[in-house]
Amino acid sequence: MANFYSDNPDIKFNLERLDLPALADLLEIDYSESDEFDFAPTDSDDATDNYLRVCELAGEICATKIAPRAQQIDQEGNVCANGEVTYHPLVQENLQDFKQAQLMGISLPREFGGLNMPQVVKAAVLELVSRADAGLMNLVGLQDIAETIVEFGSAEQKEEFVPILASGDGTGAMVLTEPDAGSDLQAVRLKAIPPEDGDDSGTWQLYGVKRFITNGNGDVLLVQARSEEGTSDARGLSLFVCHKDETIRIRRIEEKLGIHGSPTCEMTFNYTPAYLIGRRKFGLIKYIMSLMNGARLGVAAQALGIAEAVYRMAREYAEKRIQFNKPIITFPAVYEMLVKMKVNLEGGRLLVYETAKVVDLFKLAQRQIETAKKTGSEIDPQLRQQAKFNERLAGVLTPFAKYFLSEMCNRTAYDGIQVLGGSGFMKDYDMERYYRDARITSIYEGTSQLQVVGAIGGLFSGTLNPLFEKFNERKFPAQLSDLVQQVKAAILQMNKAIEHIKERKQAELTDLTAKRIVDMGIDIYISTLFLAAASASADKVNSARVWVEESNLRIESNYRSIMDDSFAILDLHKQILAIEQSTSC
Amino acid sequence: MSINLIVLVKQVPDTKNITAKAMKDDGTVNRAALPAIFNPEDLNALELALDIKDRYNGNVTVITMGPPRAANILRETLFRGADRCILVTDRAFAGADTLATSYTLAQAIKKIGNYDLILCGRQAIDGDTAQIGPQVAEKIGVNQITYVHKIHEIRNDRVLLSRNLGRIMEKIETGLPLLITVPASANQPRSYGAKLMMRFKRARTRLEVEAENDKDNLPAIAAACESLANRGLLIETWSAADLDADPVDIGLRGSPTKVKKVQSVVFAATETRKVDPTETGIRQLMAELIEERTFG
Repeated sequence: MANFYSDNPDIKFNLERLDLPALADLLEIDYSESDEFDFAPTDSDDATDNYLRVCELAGEICATKIAPRAQQIDQEGNVCANGEVTYHPLVQENLQDFKQAQLMGISLPREFGGLNMPQVVKAAVLELVSRADAGLMNLVGLQDIAETIVEFGSAEQKEEFVPILASGDGTGAMVLTEPDAGSDLQAVRLKAIPPEDGDDSGTWQLYGVKRFITNGNGDVLLVQARSEEGTSDARGLSLFVCHKDETIRIRRIEEKLGIHGSPTCEMTFNYTPAYLIGRRKFGLIKYIMSLMNGARLGVAAQALGIAEAVYRMAREYAEKRIQFNKPIITFPAVYEMLVKMKVNLEGGRLLVYETAKVVDLFKLAQRQIETAKKTGSEIDPQLRQQAKFNERLAGVLTPFAKYFLSEMCNRTAYDGIQVLGGSGFMKDYDMERYYRDARITSIYEGTSQLQVVGAIGGLFSGTLNPLFEKFNERKFPAQLSDLVQQVKAAILQMNKAIEHIKERKQAELTDLTAKRIVDMGIDIYISTLFLAAASASADKVNSARVWVEESNLRIESNYRSIMDDSFAILDLHKQILAIEQSTSC
Repeated sequence: MSINLIVLVKQVPDTKNITAKAMKDDGTVNRAALPAIFNPEDLNALELALDIKDRYNGNVTVITMGPPRAANILRETLFRGADRCILVTDRAFAGADTLATSYTLAQAIKKIGNYDLILCGRQAIDGDTAQIGPQVAEKIGVNQITYVHKIHEIRNDRVLLSRNLGRIMEKIETGLPLLITVPASANQPRSYGAKLMMRFKRARTRLEVEAENDKDNLPAIAAACESLANRGLLIETWSAADLDADPVDIGLRGSPTKVKKVQSVVFAATETRKVDPTETGIRQLMAELIEERTFG
């Protein structure tokens, strides 16, 4: 039977590389839940076996059920009428299949109906879903909402809302964006009216408009709203949770370029009862940042899945398509595109799964600390340090992954159409759908430009340095030594470039060159992952060689552009764009 | 109301993935060369049963007759939501044709005793006889409806269902107990439930427990079986003796079917002929076909 997991050994390679048994030991404290839940694992091998089985199950559903429905869903879309959204019948079937397969709460605690599995497994499942139907990932991936409630909500809120999502009985939405608050979420205006004096039910009311809300018709909504009247910045915002009810109307769903299976809603709240999550004024600065990071990793996995689908179709076509009496895959111009696609895909997968693991390590360490705090036991300083380090690392790797994967996915889809030529431009092949679906990945959950902003601080402060030091000290097989030397040299170049920019002390220049520095950081970081993978498996040596060679060209170019101080764009943009003095900052 | 459902399933060689060595020189199936899979239409029967379970709070018992390794498909039914599984296995059952098989399955159903609805796949992809369902119904003395497409309603021991006869859909109301057979067109079988899979991956038959332990260490085997049974993870195994089966009616002895010869027939269209779309034209064609013994 077709299976998107078992037909793709690279996923299994990545999962096994990450030492899942060790992750299981952290996740399953003493494996004590096996007394309470008959499906909980009894040891690390049992848990690891479960992780791989879940991936295989998802792979089968995606290949045999989800993928065959994707084209029709793309063509017909969902419907909005009378203030409500009706999913396409095949979207309903997709959700039913995931519900029946008990895959809607992969990373959620068992007590609320979840499977208590690591982010790594969730990332794998999201990749598989996206290869089949990128638009469905948005609905399946919204499990993140439940994670946020688990992390920051009260006991009552967890009990009330999480099981709805974990069981698949309902779906969720993160309701953040407004017409005037896109990238700039501090500008959110939707009003949260506090309970009246004497009302101790804790029920707030939400009033206002939200736009571009993925699955805004969901049953459990996490809403960003202005709780502090008279404020206009992030500190006036809080996070709320509510049920869908008749006070919420969906005005319309957007007509989009891609991901047609996922309804994007404009919605109004008309005094909707809602509960405050966590503390007032912490909405954006704490909870949403955490939620967004999860969602960003989800989008990275989505981009990975789309790129996988593109590569497979292009590879197959190039072998069958005969021109000039030869399969086109034998022409350098074509195989160059395909080799780059494949190597980028492998590099991207290394990055996504590694990032997921770092997020797991950070969250698990944090959980241990919370538990220790509650029981009053002493917290191991090493654990605290580890948690802090992984938190900062996740803060850099998450934007790395979102940025690299979404841009890579778009380039891959572009070349995918190119390999298919005229046929790729036609609706006859799924390639044009992949191309359209790919486009949103570099925009939502923070544009690529904002991912650069998210990552640059960590690079400037040297968050990755411990990893690079480890790389420099590590012994590699002799056949990789020339590549290792190149990467070591690249690390020096990046640090020099960072120093150079710092010395200039010019904010606008720092902003402008941030992309180049982040590009260097990603190229180097993936190189280190590739070399580690190549020393563990001979299968990765060839890809590692191509990656390091190609990325070194880019690193060299970025390095030169910074060290040569040639910033014509900075100097000339006003003249070229005819920006008047008054509008410039 | 809780409805007691029994599903009959079979492990079959995957005839869709045949290699050159699928048939031995003597014309029998070379089972070793073919992967063993869940007979596809039995999955449709299971899906219909699980759907009824979801709708009416029923319970689903699955029976298979086969070699010990048929326990694999029983585990798959547990992964999908079956409540109880029985492996009917005994060397004495070997070589059974449809008559002996249906007798054996009927004995197993009688042993269970309490049932409202029995569901079978329309036919198995190895024998393609479609006889087991109907024969079992005759042997246990319940009504049978073949090609069931959909169960509309079950109420007060009555069932309203649709039967797929190709170009027409027949709607039937009848009483329980009842045996139905289910074709592939009826539904799309569900995938495993993740939690069910994680729980029941540990389910074992006694024979499997024996294979996993030192065969002579009887106390260890007994303890392992008891531990499994306490957790609802022991797959029951019934032998010929458990079924009180008459030795002359089971296995090779109970099978009057004799395979005389197996031929590989290759269809090759040599010529086409036009038949007038009139009464006379069709009458003529029929007469020819009967004369050539294609019909009749």
